Amino acid sequence: MKKLLTAALLSAALATPAVADTTKVGFIYIGPVGDFGWTAGHDRARQEMQDHFGDAVETTIVENVDYGADAERVMTQMALSGTDMIFAASFGYGPDVNAVAGRFPNVAFQHATGYIQEHDNISLYDARFYEGRAVLGHIAGKMTETNTIGYIASYPIPAVISGINSAFLHAKAVNPDVTFRIIWTYSWFDPALEADAAETLIEQGADVIMQHTDSTAAVRVAEDAGVMAFGQASDMVDFGPTAHLSAIVDRWAPYYISRVQALKDGAWEAQNSWLGFADGIIEMAPWNDRIPAELQAEADALIASITSGEYHPFTGPINRQDGTPWLAEGEVAPDADLATMNFYVEGITSDLPN
Amino acid sequence: MILGSINPAVLMAALMVAATPILLAAIGELVVEKAGVLNLGVEGMMIMGACLGFIVAVNTGSPVLGFVGAACAGMALSLLFALLTQALMTNQVASGLALTLFGLGLTALLGQRYVGITPPRTPKLDLGPLSEIPFLGRALFSHDIVVYLTIALVAAVWWFLNYSRAGMILRAVGENHDAAHALGYHVRRVRVFAIMFGGACAGLGGAYLSLIRVPQWTEGMTVGAGWIALALVVFASWRPWRALAGAYLFGGVVVLQLNLQAAGVKIPVEYLSMSPYLITIFVLVLISSGKARGSLNAPGSLNRPFHASD
Repeated sequence: MKKLLTAALLSAALATPAVADTTKVGFIYIGPVGDFGWTAGHDRARQEMQDHFGDAVETTIVENVDYGADAERVMTQMALSGTDMIFAASFGYGPDVNAVAGRFPNVAFQHATGYIQEHDNISLYDARFYEGRAVLGHIAGKMTETNTIGYIASYPIPAVISGINSAFLHAKAVNPDVTFRIIWTYSWFDPALEADAAETLIEQGADVIMQHTDSTAAVRVAEDAGVMAFGQASDMVDFGPTAHLSAIVDRWAPYYISRVQALKDGAWEAQNSWLGFADGIIEMAPWNDRIPAELQAEADALIASITSGEYHPFTGPINRQDGTPWLAEGEVAPDADLATMNFYVEGITSDLPN
Repeated sequence: MILGSINPAVLMAALMVAATPILLAAIGELVVEKAGVLNLGVEGMMIMGACLGFIVAVNTGSPVLGFVGAACAGMALSLLFALLTQALMTNQVASGLALTLFGLGLTALLGQRYVGITPPRTPKLDLGPLSEIPFLGRALFSHDIVVYLTIALVAAVWWFLNYSRAGMILRAVGENHDAAHALGYHVRRVRVFAIMFGGACAGLGGAYLSLIRVPQWTEGMTVGAGWIALALVVFASWRPWRALAGAYLFGGVVVLQLNLQAAGVKIPVEYLSMSPYLITIFVLVLISSGKARGSLNAPGSLNRPFHASD
């Protein structure tokens, strides 16, 4: 229904004569804007961008767009309706973005967390979530009493795998006895399944739940079970005031504003941006009071050292899960390795699905 | 590999909870299909129940009223379907799909102010000494009342379809509406009642998700549960107890794979999550071949429009 409505809005927009300097920007989302997680983060940024430019920008959104034919149809419709720039805010839109971009060379495409860039009107952008995961791992390692951390993961893609590795390495660094239990849901958004996964992990001894899925269900379950949890992509403290320790909060707005500005200035060109703490693209939700002041200070210091570039979360020596060396002493992980990461680091006990 | 960390009693308990929403929706849809109507709007009616049930429960502070509200909401949406397909003679498949889209959109709007709120808690049913029994107590006798009522509902539907006069009329309408009409039965009236029952059950299933299993309201939170319920009806070849078995089997697959993963066992998750759909496609292919249709027990007039003048 929402899709139909938006389509109607789009056609209405088409009917009105375009004001010369109004830039039309379309957004397609994998989930609902009300997920309070990933999609909500992108839509927050869209609104900020809209507020920044006021009447000079007109935005449209289509939510709950599936990968594949559906996404291609929606983006084609946007491009045909005179949209100047399209943000495709999910990893799986890659092939669709490339297919549509080939047909509309005058439309600027911005694909979040993607890796396929076949045309020069496609920019890729991503956040260094592993930087935030390092902080979460550090806190989790110190806070856990059962030494078991539950991790609800979505799909085995590099961004998720590097997040698990980063969290594990930093938890292990402060607590050598820590173990990770990992559940893959093969979905970004399925509240019931995420709730079940959280319950299973808690039942199996986890007292800190981390998630790389978009719903707030796991935080809710953790609150009920009296254990701790981290939110995902947005501050989820409302769903578990006691359980919610912190969250990596996505702040895409500065990037969105800069890209739209570049387009307006005629200076837009295809890029591949990977932004982190230093760029203000990710930040941590306020620490829960139950985190001891000393630990809060450590976490702040860790963020500061990552932001300044003094410390990289993947600094050797680090071995792969099978014991083969990956990074030598003092060596820092090259971006190419992180962007294609398909292995667990040494110490994680479960097997990585293909 | 740490299989010891899986507690079979907890597994059994989780399975029953995971199966309940889809079983509720499936048992309703089973009756609808037994009356010869294919309502593909289960997902839409479920999400309506999830949303309205949540809103009512939050505003009244009573989960019971929430469930009542959910049943009414599902029923209200199903009446729209009944109006379209029984009075206006529209295509059932298209109307059902439209119902799903409508339900998802409407609830996104209605539920906007209810995101991030905790619903009133539904207490576990106190079964006294029964829940103290080792293993069985934790597995079977430590649930909320909806789990047991759902099983009772399956039994009631089974009795109704097989032993009550009204149930036999309903089946007659579903098997051959022309013959039922010739005998003087009100085909459309029977079908409208069946559709309303289906809507109420789907609404309850949705409310079980938003009030007990998750428990919170999130837009689009049913994520395909309605489609699984539809598949379940076919999988159960329109038999109530098989629907129960199927729902528990499906719930079992979900819960077991989560437990195995958490315990660090390498399992092909993708294939396991695919399996209910694969089985359903297989059954659907069988049904579409004329010969197997009879042996699979599909109602003879399923998805065929009825008009007294034909």
